[in-house]
Amino acid sequence: MWYLCVFFHRLLDYRRPEVEALAELFQHNSSNEPLEWRVPENHHPDSPFHFVNLSSDDVARDIANRSLLVKGMYELWGEGSTLEELEQAIKSYPDERKSPYLSSESTFRITVDSFGKVMSFEEQNNRIQQLAYIPFEGRVNLKHPDHKFWLMETDDHGGNNGLPPVVQKRIFFGREIGGSDRTLIPTYQLKSRKYLGPTAMDAEMAFLMANQALVKPGKLVYDPFVGTGSILIGAAHFGAMTMGADIDIRVVRDGRGPDRNVWSNFKQYGLPMPVGLLRADNNLPPWRPGLKEVFDAIICDPPYGVRAGGRKSGGRKLLKGVVGPYTVPDDKRTDHIPSTAPYSLVECVHDLLDLAARMLVIGGRLVYFFPVLREDEANVGNTVFPEHPCFELISSSEQILSSRYSRVLLTMVKRRPYTEEIAEAARVKHTEFRENHVKWLEDGNIHSSVFTPADQLTVSGDTKPLRDLKPKYRGKYV
Amino acid sequence: MRLLTHNMLSSNIKAVANGFPLRIDAEKVIHKEVDLNPDFLRNIFSRIEWRALADAARSLGYAELPEEAEESMLESEEFLGKFHHALLEIHLEEGALVCPETGRKFSVSKGIPNMLLHEDEV
Repeated sequence: MWYLCVFFHRLLDYRRPEVEALAELFQHNSSNEPLEWRVPENHHPDSPFHFVNLSSDDVARDIANRSLLVKGMYELWGEGSTLEELEQAIKSYPDERKSPYLSSESTFRITVDSFGKVMSFEEQNNRIQQLAYIPFEGRVNLKHPDHKFWLMETDDHGGNNGLPPVVQKRIFFGREIGGSDRTLIPTYQLKSRKYLGPTAMDAEMAFLMANQALVKPGKLVYDPFVGTGSILIGAAHFGAMTMGADIDIRVVRDGRGPDRNVWSNFKQYGLPMPVGLLRADNNLPPWRPGLKEVFDAIICDPPYGVRAGGRKSGGRKLLKGVVGPYTVPDDKRTDHIPSTAPYSLVECVHDLLDLAARMLVIGGRLVYFFPVLREDEANVGNTVFPEHPCFELISSSEQILSSRYSRVLLTMVKRRPYTEEIAEAARVKHTEFRENHVKWLEDGNIHSSVFTPADQLTVSGDTKPLRDLKPKYRGKYV
Repeated sequence: MRLLTHNMLSSNIKAVANGFPLRIDAEKVIHKEVDLNPDFLRNIFSRIEWRALADAARSLGYAELPEEAEESMLESEEFLGKFHHALLEIHLEEGALVCPETGRKFSVSKGIPNMLLHEDEV
């Protein structure tokens, strides 16, 4: 059955993927067929009005109530370009679908809403009066009605909240089935959270990531760059068991005191504590050999050097200008603080995909952010995202951060098992990174190699060398 | 650190062939009640190295787990309860995990195991 799906006019790229992910969570269709979508005639794909084909009211309600970006999911009773057309459409909508919601025992409410224009209170009242041809028999209840009806209008004048003009004015009337509970966002907003880091994920995005990862009670979710736990909080809210690791022990262990740390962030919202937090390096993960397919989802925001640079194990100190064998004297071992080295985006993503390929269950999801440089016009629209033989990329949603950077939320599903060959290829690559790293150390240009790894980002077959770009300095523009 | 985490970790020092299971040096062990989730336990059961879990639990003073376990035992509520307690409710708060081959200690403080390697171990 087709439903009218009205979105909030924000995070445009994230809206359909969210509904698609939730449809997979609630609809249980084993056929794996993509959802069917259409937009009203003459509407732009970024219009808030969409139609989506779902199996039942219950599925539509579950999706809408769990989502962050669906303003409402409606059973459409009629639409038209004029009020007359709308009346015709509503009158010809089958009575057996309308009458259960119009009975005298029920209560109802009609809300008038508009997109791209403002309607005065008087106009809104007029619109409601004009609906008199619908035989409402129930009583009006504005606060807690049994049935909520919506009349929604778009206008046909030029600008439309920054969208290309909608050529045709459209009016929709429908019965609300469900809608997003946006009160989650003020509840979890970062400004009232006790322990924050410079790159804490905002609450709305953390929930969107959890939705992309199909989080539900009993699932085990891992974040290898946990930081203050902001992403896992989203997953824990939806019932997941969470586990996180970070290379910075001050963040995971100490925080800013007994009531301001990762644990207190979970406590603050009454969420179950993570089942495990540890200090570990994503480059050399301490998982036991043979451990695989334990996590249902891996959700993370890798350190990609814009706001915070990544670190991995390995000496950065040079002894007499060469990288010699580095030994820690035995008497200093207990309190030794191992040095860390910069971690390039390319290596970080390689390690992440390898870890996810090994540790996710089949059908498990890897959800993470990937940075994109916007200034390079050739890149816009045809960015090549990381690939892995075990994974299928199912959605990519861009969020523009500044005129130079945007980040893309990638959702990948593990379709094929992690084989010996794949593991071996990953080992070879890991060694290669290690050797390169030593080379950079000796050349003395490790900073530029890590933060402008242009030659590595060049995809084979792409003849345009990226290395001529101006050097970029992290933190300068964002 | 719960024993679930312990069951997943090994000493990944270069040249260590078998860093699992890590021995536990306990200074402070605490118990925290956690809601029992049977689905989670049934899912995770096949990923657990049972012998390592039973030994670790015993070394922390909980000797109720059988030496061997198999899928069918998950039907029993009593077994689920014990499995749940050992896996999720016993916490090593202070102490260390010890590499079975080299004796290297990975300290555990405030419940967080520090698995980062020194420069000469990577």
